Amino acid sequence: MSRQTVRSGDPRKVSAELFTLTYGALVSQLVKDYENVDEVNKQLDKLGYNMGIRLIEDFLARSNVGRCHDLRETADVIAKVGFKMFLGIVPTVSNWSPSGDEFSLLLDNNPLTDFVELPEGQSNLEYSSILCGVLRGALEMVQMEVNVWFVQDQLKGDNTTEIRVKFIRRLEDAVPVGED
Amino acid sequence: MADEVLFEFFHMEIVGQFLQSARKDEKESAFTKLEFLGYRVGQRLVERFTKEVPRFKDELDTMKFICKDLWTSCYKKQIDNLRTNHQGVYVLQDNKFRLLTQISEGKQYMEYAPQFLAFPCGLIRGALSNLGIASNVTAEVSAMPACKFQIQIQRL
Repeated sequence: MSRQTVRSGDPRKVSAELFTLTYGALVSQLVKDYENVDEVNKQLDKLGYNMGIRLIEDFLARSNVGRCHDLRETADVIAKVGFKMFLGIVPTVSNWSPSGDEFSLLLDNNPLTDFVELPEGQSNLEYSSILCGVLRGALEMVQMEVNVWFVQDQLKGDNTTEIRVKFIRRLEDAVPVGED
Repeated sequence: MADEVLFEFFHMEIVGQFLQSARKDEKESAFTKLEFLGYRVGQRLVERFTKEVPRFKDELDTMKFICKDLWTSCYKKQIDNLRTNHQGVYVLQDNKFRLLTQISEGKQYMEYAPQFLAFPCGLIRGALSNLGIASNVTAEVSAMPACKFQIQIQRL
């Protein structure tokens, strides 16, 4: 039995690695498949969007957070609850625009890029653009249209990883045709 | 941390993405790609996972490692049943396979089961190959979310 305990390692860590490694394998597969880097970025973002629109339900069910009253609160919940729950990190919210409709999430370390080095000639690849998609998808399901993009990325030699989120508008509930 | 949910959602989307980008007549190629994706992940995962582990006694010992340790870390439970004919065929049965539980319960959507099993098949094959065992892995479902993985060892 003693031998088995040695083997098990930290299951939690391994399952995080499973995600990181799978993501890496997917990106490299897409780079091979599409040749065009912009298309790869788009696909990753789309994949994230599709995840986001489902993930939000899981998030709400699990986290028990109530309605957010302004964007600052939303930003805090995204960073301190959302990121923490799914990726185990807490980004810093900062760089608010004067009008208060734009903020940045600063990631000290990005679990998606744990084992990653970008080869030369891939400087246009937004490796973690799945995160943008997830945020966009998840927020859309709570009636917020946002733009999300990478400003800085440690993978590309920047000091930090910065995700910019810009609030566009509140979506009105769309009532299905024929219903009041 | 709820990263296992993250992986489940992620896996579903990868499957969707690969099937969508493949043309109708090329569904097989999407399966091959998914399997290969799993293969590479399995290889890397097992390499990190067995870094400080004593050498495995034999083939069966390796299989037990797959069923217990690897399965638990990837899918949060052990394989329910391991069988072998002692001639290079192993059958791993999981009565409640994690990647299928969110998809369907029962027999209604059986035709969609294989697409969600290509990646895990590859994962097993990749893990084994990095532990020095060349194999073929296929999956079989009779009622979701239960499934069986059959490992056929390739003797050189």
